[in-house]
Amino acid sequence: MLRLSMKVAALACASLISSGLAVAQTKTVKIAFIDPQSGLMAPVGSNILHSYQLVADIANREGWAKGVKFEVVPFDNKLSPQESLNALKAAIDQDIRYIVQGNGSSVAFALSDGVSKYTERNPGKEVLFLNYAAVDPDLTNSKCSFWHFRFDANSDMKMEALTSYMADQKEIKKVYLINQDYAFGHQVRRAAREYLARKRPDVQIVGDEVHPLAKITDFSQYVAKIKAAGSDTVITGNWGSDLALLIKAAKDAGLTANFYTYYAATTGVATAMGASGLDRVRFVGYWNVNNDKVGSLGEKILVEFKSKYKDDWYTMATYTVIRTLAEAFNKTKSTEPVKVAFAMEGMKFQNVNGEVEMRNTDHQLQQVLHIASWQKVDGKKVRFDSENTGLGWRTERVLDSFVAAQPTSCNMQRPSRPD
Amino acid sequence: MTPELALISALNGISYGLLLFMLASGLTLIFSMMGVLNFAHASFYMLGAYFGYQISKWIGFWPGLVLAPLATGLLGALVERFGLRRVHKWGNVPELLFTFGLSFIIVELVQVIWGRPPVPNELPPELQGHLFTIYTTTFPISRGFIMVAALLMMLALWIVLTRTRIGLVIQAALTHPDQVEALGHNVRKVFMLVFGGGCALAGLAGVIGGVVFVTEPSMAAVAGAIIFVVIVVGGMGSLAGAFVASLLIGVIQTFGLALDYSIAGILQDVGFKVSPDTFGYAVWKLTIAQVAPVLPFLLLVLILIVRPRGLMGTREG
Repeated sequence: MLRLSMKVAALACASLISSGLAVAQTKTVKIAFIDPQSGLMAPVGSNILHSYQLVADIANREGWAKGVKFEVVPFDNKLSPQESLNALKAAIDQDIRYIVQGNGSSVAFALSDGVSKYTERNPGKEVLFLNYAAVDPDLTNSKCSFWHFRFDANSDMKMEALTSYMADQKEIKKVYLINQDYAFGHQVRRAAREYLARKRPDVQIVGDEVHPLAKITDFSQYVAKIKAAGSDTVITGNWGSDLALLIKAAKDAGLTANFYTYYAATTGVATAMGASGLDRVRFVGYWNVNNDKVGSLGEKILVEFKSKYKDDWYTMATYTVIRTLAEAFNKTKSTEPVKVAFAMEGMKFQNVNGEVEMRNTDHQLQQVLHIASWQKVDGKKVRFDSENTGLGWRTERVLDSFVAAQPTSCNMQRPSRPD
Repeated sequence: MTPELALISALNGISYGLLLFMLASGLTLIFSMMGVLNFAHASFYMLGAYFGYQISKWIGFWPGLVLAPLATGLLGALVERFGLRRVHKWGNVPELLFTFGLSFIIVELVQVIWGRPPVPNELPPELQGHLFTIYTTTFPISRGFIMVAALLMMLALWIVLTRTRIGLVIQAALTHPDQVEALGHNVRKVFMLVFGGGCALAGLAGVIGGVVFVTEPSMAAVAGAIIFVVIVVGGMGSLAGAFVASLLIGVIQTFGLALDYSIAGILQDVGFKVSPDTFGYAVWKLTIAQVAPVLPFLLLVLILIVRPRGLMGTREG
């Protein structure tokens, strides 16, 4: 009897101490990173995982969110929608309420759907899906969801910016489209045709190719076709190995066409093209480290990332995502996903690339877009190289967010606003 | 199709086909000799690539080109001696299951040792650059190297099988193992040699394929599917058949990619109206280029229906 009461007393003491500590202690918010960490796209996935980990470290060090620490928990989805749903379930089982994903719109559709369904069936246990790179426009249009937020510009916005730039490049006569055969790749094809017809009706589309996603290791035959079509320009939404190997094959075959890409600044591409891509490869994206703001915040993060991981920090959206969460946590003094989601709607703040706004109507972030070309490091316009090639991206044009802004057909179902 | 595209497609197709042959020759040799359909064959191809990568990191690509296939072959011989030989007495299905299981174990081991992402397997400086130019397209040295290596390997294989004593014993053991054994030859040792040799050939293909394309854990699964097509189309156990089938599949895949014809397009050309509202439009509008990756498997199915013993196979079914 005595021993039992001692136990009870000890237990009471322990719970008192722990609850007392909880007030002073910081809370840890776990973020599930569901992206490929195996297969052909693994180098991209692991670079972005490191990017999230570094930004989380910086956020914790600088105390972005009062009383909240961030922790990134990786889940390998093997680029498969089915595996991603298993990963989502595993994350939810670990009480993780925030999901980030970006590689593959096919995966994003599955996750957005999975998150919305789970959240509707489990009130009080809501989960938010923070999409930092899956850019199929439908995710913020016909398939939009209150529980999904997109921090990258969608593929129509990027094509709008890219074609605005291309409209002024008079040397473009014959364009070849090559894209991955899935949701996103088809969106790029459609948008390229529509927007070029509007802005450069004189341009001829000489080829429109799709190929399997993340399966091809030899692009030489595709390059032979691009050459045979007499194209002077290639537009591609390819990413990861599908772009690196395409450009490698183009180099091997001596293809001299210019490349207009979405993702040439991502892992593996710089090494694959080397000097052969000089002045011929361009990309459109929300940020380029070589911009006119010398000594900017982005540069500092890039330098720290390089010294820590011997790799390049290019997924600036990792900063945007964690910064947005921190702002929302501070604003609501809560980490409850429902409250955080309402706080993020319409939020404006100064990001690494300037002022951004999370548009209320469709949860599509509005931000500037950069177009950059592949050049030698000159210490002025190109201060940072990529993958230690001595070559880097020179900003050619910065387009204000209104240039690329698109109307939305999103008809969002919102939950009732919590107090 | 322009002559430039046709020529380049032919060269690409032949070099790819020859690489396939390097891979499939070992598999078909093992099958004809031992009756074992080695499901783990492509895993030895992958092992060759990783061994080649590791050795070239230590002492260079060229020593790796010799040592990696030897190491792969040795591993194959050990698998035969201590694994397959014991399973053999239970029949063909347990053998098949044994190699099936082995393929998964090898992939997992590779992922544990070298990780899941691709490894940075770079071409040596001697193989970088261009061999020659056709019209305006440059042809990389690495592809020429695949062709030369495959042809040399084929020559060596032919000499060993037809001009050496051990080759004659192997050929005899193919059809009459009991009599060969009765003549005092160690048939079990010959089996081990053939299995190890077949794996070494796969390893050689791996060293070259890994460095020219990508070295990563899923390469076994991708290659595995296509080499089964090769040996079924060529005829189970026929080396000549494997050669013809490899080139055929290489050329079909590359030329297939170059052809943008679709059923919808042809129908429109002969005067039918085909629009997105037409029944089954999703199928009609598919171009040959889009279905090119599936063409080898279509060929596999057709061959099995029309000519089950393959192009040059000798036995039925």
